[in-house]
Amino acid sequence: MNGVHLWAVQRITAMFLALAVVVHLVTILVAVRGGLSGAEIIARTSGSLAWFGFYAAFALAAGLHGAIGLRAIGAEWLGWRGRGVDALWLGIGLATAAFGIRAAWGLFSA
Amino acid sequence: MIDTRPRRHPAWIAFLIHRLSGLALALFLPLHFWALGQAIQGEAALDGFLRWADNGVLKFAETVLVVLLAAHLAGGLRVLALEFLGWRAQQKTMVAASAGVALAAGLLFLLNLGA
Repeated sequence: MNGVHLWAVQRITAMFLALAVVVHLVTILVAVRGGLSGAEIIARTSGSLAWFGFYAAFALAAGLHGAIGLRAIGAEWLGWRGRGVDALWLGIGLATAAFGIRAAWGLFSA
Repeated sequence: MIDTRPRRHPAWIAFLIHRLSGLALALFLPLHFWALGQAIQGEAALDGFLRWADNGVLKFAETVLVVLLAAHLAGGLRVLALEFLGWRAQQKTMVAASAGVALAAGLLFLLNLGA
């Protein structure tokens, strides 16, 4: 991937994340009223394909968006550049996304 | 003598806040996923984590994270508006609006915590 591809992925994920973060913030504000409980969270997410799809897409977009952002910080502030470093950031981004999708699956199947 | 004026410009401060909030959120993300992943072991495990997190220090940290998330969202929308809509004339207004959105999200979170 070159710089243009990375810029495009960063902006496409940003547009999706803008919507997803609004949904997430509203959900947080509603969920914390009266205290958080596992039962309340699982009642919302368990068996819901809509929430699973939302959180899986959210985790994928956040993982990639975060890794591209960290790559820019690493390059500009620490001088970490090159194909090896790029491959490492891609791995970190995909691993983070997979970890998030695993959590979404846990909330879906609980 | 180094000219520091560009670094006092609201757009530069907005860039720095966007970068630092993004860095903090990216570092927090694996921890967040680990915590939510407790649900794989069942409701009791998730409840155990939520009880552990139910204290003043972590509520303060959660509030900071909500503010950072809202700041990164609003700052990101500012960047998208700049790049895709060419809204260059109202830079200071957009920076101020981003700060307002972030603080409002933090206040709403605190109000709902106490509700």
